[in-house]
Amino acid sequence: MTAHLTVLPVALPLLSAMLLLSKRHGYIRLKRLFSVASTAVLTLVSAALIARAAGGEITYYALGNWQPPFGIVLVLDRLSALMVLLTALLALGCVIFACAGEDERGSNFHGLFQLQLMGINGAFLTGDLFNLFVFFEVLLLASYALLLHGGGKARIQSAVHYVILNMAGSSLFLIAVGTLYGATGTLNMADMAARISSLPAEREGLATAGALLLLVVFSLKAAMLPLYFWMPRAYAAAPAPVAALFAVMTKIGVYAILRVYSLIFGEQAGGLANLGQGWVWWLALLTLAVASVGVLASRDLRQLIAYLLLVSVGTLLAGIGMGSIAAVSALLYYLVHTTLVTGALFLLAEMIGAQRGKAGTRIVKGRQMPQGQALSLAFFIAAVAVVGMPPLSGALGKVLVMDAAIGSQRLWLWPILLLSGLAAMVALSRAGSTLFWRSQGGDDSGERLARRQWAGVGLLLAFSPLLVALAGAVSDYTLATAEQLANPEAFIDALLIDAGGAP
Amino acid sequence: MESLFAITTGVLSACGLYLTLRGRTFPVVVGLTLLSYAVNLFLFSMGGLTTDGAAVVNANNSGMTDPLPQALVLTAIVIGFAMTAFAIILAMRSRGDMGNDHVDGHDYDVRQDNSRKERQR
Repeated sequence: MTAHLTVLPVALPLLSAMLLLSKRHGYIRLKRLFSVASTAVLTLVSAALIARAAGGEITYYALGNWQPPFGIVLVLDRLSALMVLLTALLALGCVIFACAGEDERGSNFHGLFQLQLMGINGAFLTGDLFNLFVFFEVLLLASYALLLHGGGKARIQSAVHYVILNMAGSSLFLIAVGTLYGATGTLNMADMAARISSLPAEREGLATAGALLLLVVFSLKAAMLPLYFWMPRAYAAAPAPVAALFAVMTKIGVYAILRVYSLIFGEQAGGLANLGQGWVWWLALLTLAVASVGVLASRDLRQLIAYLLLVSVGTLLAGIGMGSIAAVSALLYYLVHTTLVTGALFLLAEMIGAQRGKAGTRIVKGRQMPQGQALSLAFFIAAVAVVGMPPLSGALGKVLVMDAAIGSQRLWLWPILLLSGLAAMVALSRAGSTLFWRSQGGDDSGERLARRQWAGVGLLLAFSPLLVALAGAVSDYTLATAEQLANPEAFIDALLIDAGGAP
Repeated sequence: MESLFAITTGVLSACGLYLTLRGRTFPVVVGLTLLSYAVNLFLFSMGGLTTDGAAVVNANNSGMTDPLPQALVLTAIVIGFAMTAFAIILAMRSRGDMGNDHVDGHDYDVRQDNSRKERQR
């Protein structure tokens, strides 16, 4: 049974999704119970996986028992285990929040949500470049439908952009994968990494073209500078639990860049070593700068949060651009923090919007909120965490990233990162004071917020102090992960030489 | 044969790219479809072009084609179909809800016409 644990994060959501999709209408209580239970079990499975991966052993699961490099494999190492657990925790908060009524505004919310989880987990676990494409398509198709959940003009309009851009991106992905297959003759990531170090000189150009095309595709998913324009609009228009889950979607791009450019085009890749690093570093800094301007210019709370997400993407990519073990370790710590906190902020924005009636989440004077005090406290905690002020996890994450910069990198990263923090602080305090203090008075006898909404937000926000309390253990784990990533030979050996893995 | 194949793929992707950059949803969907045809052809050729080869293995074990790109193309075609179907429905929904078929959801030509008429008044 434990041998099959690796496939559960993909198989379990798929099975739940099929059961949930079998009835389109009705049974809402049963569906909610089932969806939450399935996500909770997924969290337990991910915890078991991370416990297994923490020892440093890289295990793989050969689907249909076709051994690598010929069959399709799922690979469990420290990085993939961490990402799967992060997704499960975020999803648990989102799905509890959605049970308060968001799921009834359209059909099939829970089934699509589970399919999205399946795609995300598959993308994190797969050890095959073409399967990465397939799982990307699964999660994208689910995300298209979830983005449109509930309908409305803003959603349709942003969905058209989102779908068309991602379809073009998928075409590029296939061209890149095809080029790399043509150059190396394999699609298995470990096998490709082994072959690329002994690539004949005349194929190097082909492999470079494929690798850089792949970088374009991943930066579209991660929302790196020239390719981020779809992101703020789509995230601001999506229903709250979906937007919160989308907080992990940009991280899939970051993960893919980290995985492919450390494993396949890492130090050992001969003439192609560290191919993407220079591009990622400079574009990450530009992303940070542009996102800070976006943060200051936003007139809507949800748009503001989307730009804060873009700031975090810039910070993470800067970590990849630095490339050292310390930088990767720091970026993984920051990744866990920022995903959970931004998710909580998206959920909070929905609650604030629901209490302000017509004014919604626009940052303008509105009517007084019935539960303004509790909401403002939660907003304050989330804002402190996301800006990166002590004592919450954002401060630790940013200090770790800044500490990892060496030499002239400091000269570029420190001012831009600190100024983006300042911009976020100014924008959030302006938004908070307008939303909570400059109200028109009036009666505050509106509808109370559901307890499930508070539970979802509370669950996600609680991780920020928890990440500080357990900072030692978490940063030890991320450091071990970064060391594992810096040593791709272990990954290649585990898949290609060791034939005694899981069945 | 290689040059014919390359020219076909190139023309298809050029047409697809041009149509994808148009302003209305119908040409964009057609453009994305053409682009995916070009990609499928491109994938097909990645294992090298072989004529008259056996699919996997033949009796005297010679002239075999690479079977993997064929499997990849099959997957890509299926996914491409699903995506195109979704894009068409989305384009129709957008036409219905927004009242025009522009990808941005508002029609620049109509708006310019209206403002010109107002100025004339």
